[in-house]
Amino acid sequence: MIEAEKLTKYFQKVAAIEDVSFTVEKGEIVGFLGPNGAGKTTTMRILTGFLPPSSGTARVAGYDILTDSLQVRRRIGYLPENVPLYTDMKVAGYLDFVAEVKGMERRERRRKIGEIMEKCRIVEVQRMLIGALSRGYRQRVGIAQALLNDPEVLILDEPTVGLDPKQIIEIRQLIKELSGQSTIILSTHILPEASMICQRVIIINDGHIIAVDTPENLTARLQSSAKLLVTVDGPADQIGAALIQIPGVLSAEAKDRARDAVVSFVVESERSRDLRREVSRMIVERGWGLLEFRPADMTLEEIFIRLVTKEEQEVRE
Amino acid sequence: MNVLAMFKKELRSYFASPIAYVVLIMFALLSGYFFYSLLTFFSLNSLQASFNPAFAQGLNASEWIVRPLLRNIAVTMLLLMPAATMRLFSEEKKSGTIELLFSYPIRDWELLLGKFLAALALYAVMLGISLLDVGMLHFFARLEWGAILSGYLGLLLLGMAFLGVGVLASSLTENQIVAAVSAFGVLLLLWVIGWSTEAAGPTLGPILSHLSIINHYDNFAKGTIESKDVIFYLNFTILCLFLTLRALESKRWRG
Repeated sequence: MIEAEKLTKYFQKVAAIEDVSFTVEKGEIVGFLGPNGAGKTTTMRILTGFLPPSSGTARVAGYDILTDSLQVRRRIGYLPENVPLYTDMKVAGYLDFVAEVKGMERRERRRKIGEIMEKCRIVEVQRMLIGALSRGYRQRVGIAQALLNDPEVLILDEPTVGLDPKQIIEIRQLIKELSGQSTIILSTHILPEASMICQRVIIINDGHIIAVDTPENLTARLQSSAKLLVTVDGPADQIGAALIQIPGVLSAEAKDRARDAVVSFVVESERSRDLRREVSRMIVERGWGLLEFRPADMTLEEIFIRLVTKEEQEVRE
Repeated sequence: MNVLAMFKKELRSYFASPIAYVVLIMFALLSGYFFYSLLTFFSLNSLQASFNPAFAQGLNASEWIVRPLLRNIAVTMLLLMPAATMRLFSEEKKSGTIELLFSYPIRDWELLLGKFLAALALYAVMLGISLLDVGMLHFFARLEWGAILSGYLGLLLLGMAFLGVGVLASSLTENQIVAAVSAFGVLLLLWVIGWSTEAAGPTLGPILSHLSIINHYDNFAKGTIESKDVIFYLNFTILCLFLTLRALESKRWRG
């Protein structure tokens, strides 16, 4: 659905992005992950035709962004980062304008706008001025305008930035609901968000793509060892000693001691060996209580930090 | 139709903000005052002419009231047109809405034409207001409607040229005041270069006179519509709109 080929954009002499290539398949939700200034917004602006690339090109929904910009724009919905809407217009009037510009017939417009307002839950504010809306409602109006032409590709730049936790959950839910109809590409610098919503993550830093993979694979790729979190009811010293004696265990670290006799351990083993059976059997056989038992995966956050620091080290060398 | 959608949106924005009301009220006030003072002057002269039949020959409401009124309106437009056009692109750039607008399937020229026509419609309403005064006069004096309508056509074309400069200025900056002041400066300059034609000598003089934005209006005011004047205004407007398109495009390339 999206094929970006060596996109490069210079502002004066500074490269905002360099040789950015990636593909997004139909129906996917892909997350653009990177710190501020990494080039996420620039890449998205190029895809929407707002900025032309200095070199390279991209195809969106089968059309070249440079030669068939109008065809591309008929098939995308875009939500820019700061949700720039006309504050002096009313919600329904604004949506009607957007629908008309997007080429919808009057009758179709009325039906579609009603449907979208329902979906984005903005029916109750349709007669209000956009300037008077709260941040959360404004964001939803922004998403509504992007959805009006049933876009094949939905481009959302930081869709949850500046919202309160309840609104963030609602917007994420809405994005997930939309995933059936459109291919979605969204940018974020909030890491749990990417792993929560996206099927694939493109990590970008300093204008370069560092990694492209599923959140799970990224986790796996970076872990040289597997970690288990075990919470046990029993004497801490004995448990630690017993864990380390299991063949294949590299280390067993007591994490916290909330109450007496209840201890959490992070058990590290070689990546290739699955020690869950051995560990659980040992604890039960010794007569201790096994309270919690789960893999302690690295969060994407940790991966992200590692990826970025790795890159920086290379540059320094 | 994209131009129509843009046109309607801009017109709505004009009347959602105080700009349209302020411009219209100020215009009504100024043109009403001009009309009133010209009318008083005319009736005073008419009174004197009743003692002097030779003088009465030259008295005519079209020439004594309507023609100077339209000329005063043209001067007023120097100030009001930049105010009417200053926000067209500047505001979109400042608030960032232009980014969304550019992501819609609308061509740059459709966008521009919609905005230009909305400003032109506002201007037409202003001319309509002044036409009320002139229409009232119709019941008290014999008017040369041919010359008056020709004068209005000239005003309309002149206004298009003014709007063209205003739109161009608005596309070049995201600051509305900068847009308004620079449009006003350019218009005033184009107006006054006509004054120095005689001092400029035989080669430069006619060129300056041709460039002067107001000199082309004089024929319309006298009631003669000359194609060279019509073409001047249309060309001037199209040039401004063309440059605006280029400015919008270059904005994208420079990022």
